[in-house]
Amino acid sequence: MPKLHTAAELEKYRAEILASRDPAKPCIAVCAGAACDGMDSAAVAAAFVAAAGKLGDKIEVRTTGCHGYCEKGPNVVVTPGDICYFEVQPADVPDILAATLKGEVVERLVYKDPNTGAKAVHMNEVPFYKHQTRLLIGDNPKIDPMNIDDYFAVGGYAGLVKALTTMTPDQVLDEVKKANLRGRGGGGFPAGSKWETTRNAPEKTKYVIVNGHEGESAAFMDRAMLTGNPHKVLEGLIIGAYAIGAHKGFMYTRHDMPLLEKHVRNALAQAKEYGLLGTDILGSGFDFECELHFDVGIFVSGESSALMRSIEGNAPEPRPKYIRTSVNGIWDKPSNLNNVETWANVPQIINKGAEWFTSIGSEKSKGTKLISLSGNVVNSGIVEVPMGTPLRTLVFDIGGGVRDGKTLKAIHFGGAMGGSIPADLIDAPLDFDGMSKLGAPIGAGGLLLMDEDTDMIEVARYLMDFLVNESCGKCVPCREGMQQMLQILTRLTEGEGKKGDLELLEDLIEVTGTASLCALGKTSGDPLKSMFRYFKPEYESRIAGGSEAK
Amino acid sequence: MTDIVLTIDGKEVKAKAGMTVLQAAQQEGIHIPTLCHHEKLEAFGGCRLCMVEVESRGWTSYVVSCVYPVAKDIVVRTRSEKVDKIRKVLVEELMAHAPDAPELIKLAEEYGADRNRFERDASFCIVCGLCVRYCNEVKQKNAVGFIDNGARREISFIPEVARKECWDCQECFTICPTSYAQAAYLLSEALAFPGQRKKIKAEKPLQPKSRVIPIMPAPVTT
Repeated sequence: MPKLHTAAELEKYRAEILASRDPAKPCIAVCAGAACDGMDSAAVAAAFVAAAGKLGDKIEVRTTGCHGYCEKGPNVVVTPGDICYFEVQPADVPDILAATLKGEVVERLVYKDPNTGAKAVHMNEVPFYKHQTRLLIGDNPKIDPMNIDDYFAVGGYAGLVKALTTMTPDQVLDEVKKANLRGRGGGGFPAGSKWETTRNAPEKTKYVIVNGHEGESAAFMDRAMLTGNPHKVLEGLIIGAYAIGAHKGFMYTRHDMPLLEKHVRNALAQAKEYGLLGTDILGSGFDFECELHFDVGIFVSGESSALMRSIEGNAPEPRPKYIRTSVNGIWDKPSNLNNVETWANVPQIINKGAEWFTSIGSEKSKGTKLISLSGNVVNSGIVEVPMGTPLRTLVFDIGGGVRDGKTLKAIHFGGAMGGSIPADLIDAPLDFDGMSKLGAPIGAGGLLLMDEDTDMIEVARYLMDFLVNESCGKCVPCREGMQQMLQILTRLTEGEGKKGDLELLEDLIEVTGTASLCALGKTSGDPLKSMFRYFKPEYESRIAGGSEAK
Repeated sequence: MTDIVLTIDGKEVKAKAGMTVLQAAQQEGIHIPTLCHHEKLEAFGGCRLCMVEVESRGWTSYVVSCVYPVAKDIVVRTRSEKVDKIRKVLVEELMAHAPDAPELIKLAEEYGADRNRFERDASFCIVCGLCVRYCNEVKQKNAVGFIDNGARREISFIPEVARKECWDCQECFTICPTSYAQAAYLLSEALAFPGQRKKIKAEKPLQPKSRVIPIMPAPVTT
């Protein structure tokens, strides 16, 4: 494919792709997301490819990123009509192909309500999907992540074209500010203000970074986004770089996800080949390059200053951020860092405008949010809902409630640095500020359901154990304070609690929270804090009565 | 360059732009405790003992003074109930590792820290990194480094480098607050290159300057 030199060439190329594709031709999308892959969706895809090959050019088979409904994988979606088949095995392949050719549906593989037995054939009828607003992840079933043409076919890079050809960097920045896009990585800080700080920093060389270092326990949506649709994230990054005035970007991600690495490497190479990275992008005069970087395997690598140290080639240790990284980041240059989901939101904001974006969501949290749903939930998977959606919708309508007919005890948000709230707060809306006030900040968006049998002390111990292993160990309160908290919690779970343990924990939470260098230590006590707020009697009785609460 | 005026412990203090709060305080003779700080080394911000209360535009925050830059009109309090509590707990946490380190004992008295408050794990090292950073920044030898992470982080001499570089230096021994650097080196030497120091001294009798290694008497552990 020759390089696309102008926006007109890109649009012409897009038209050619669309003209060459017959929307009526059946296409079978096999999910190769992490969960489906674990259930050997590769064998299903191979069976489809082999069998469809014998049929001539009648059916297309596409291996895609995560569809979302991990619980029922391997997932297969047949278009047109978005017919969803669940738990598909290689043996089911002939039936699906035969039915698809005849325009029929394989009844035994469609969704069946566990209570009523009612069937749902199309994606918009399946309860798990029906209550979602899939603006970001909805394209995943339509895209082979290795094929940039698929992204063009769903309107990809139209946002970049619009930004580069019709808007000034200031207008792009303004649009993102007006959209009130808040960072999806945990803090909920307005992305527009952050961009502006980097843009206005005096230093000329500036960097933009995708933080794809998702390591929080129970969070797996960024991985699905970046693996399943890498070009969407890249498009957002290029638009952001244009607004900020950066000519160099980094994608920072984990070293231990081979599929993600393959897709991102391929996406970067394709974007370069098509002229979407490099010099004079689409004839706009704007130059931008992007490099892929990997972590060294600890969670704290995802902390912004540690991440930047890591890109510089140093050990991923956070540094005190009295001067923000948006002013003084990689090699002391202004560096704007946003997470995968934040960047993925940018193309649609430019395409459809801030007004459209702010029409979705709650008063102070706009747009949709990707949530990883797991724990004792009937339907685990990746969910996308408008901000402000009541947790009840997430847990019951989409999640199908608690597994094995048990009662909900707690909802935990934000992994090891988040918090747990009791079941009676289930009508709270999904909102950055609201959830923070309740003590369970959304964090990156990992939602963990816990049923009546859950031992909250064991949960706290488990999360603390995770952090102790993922801390860098540079500063005393994090290194020592968390280790002490872990020892006390371990004693409690073993029924060896002592009088004064709670006071000791409270002291440690306070000092670790105030004195730690980075957010890992600062928020390490948050799960415990939320549990002391809502589940303290459980702790007290465990200390008083040894192990009776088990 | 014009001076920046700030308040430390109620006293108006003048400082140069780019100075840290710790430097501004030291220049005025106001004492802020530190463990990982050394004037020859880049600020580390690891021990957090130098944490102070800063009031700026109506906001109170807790910052490490060895890194925090001076700014116009900020109000710094080097002691407060919360600052003292932070220091007390930090000292208690460190005393679980090095209960007899003289500096920690002094700090424990000052802040009322209970050396037995936390479960003992007598590693003797408080991982302040003075040895590691001194060897890297001042001596530029990198004979000692950090290994592992989190609670497992420790210092370790790299035998291949240490056998060549350490025999006539050992300056890290004197800045180590717990004497652990010396112990760690001697252990490395005994395991990896025993007797080497003596051999070199015998071969080059004139070179080494005799260095006094201060090992403070360890008080009796209660």
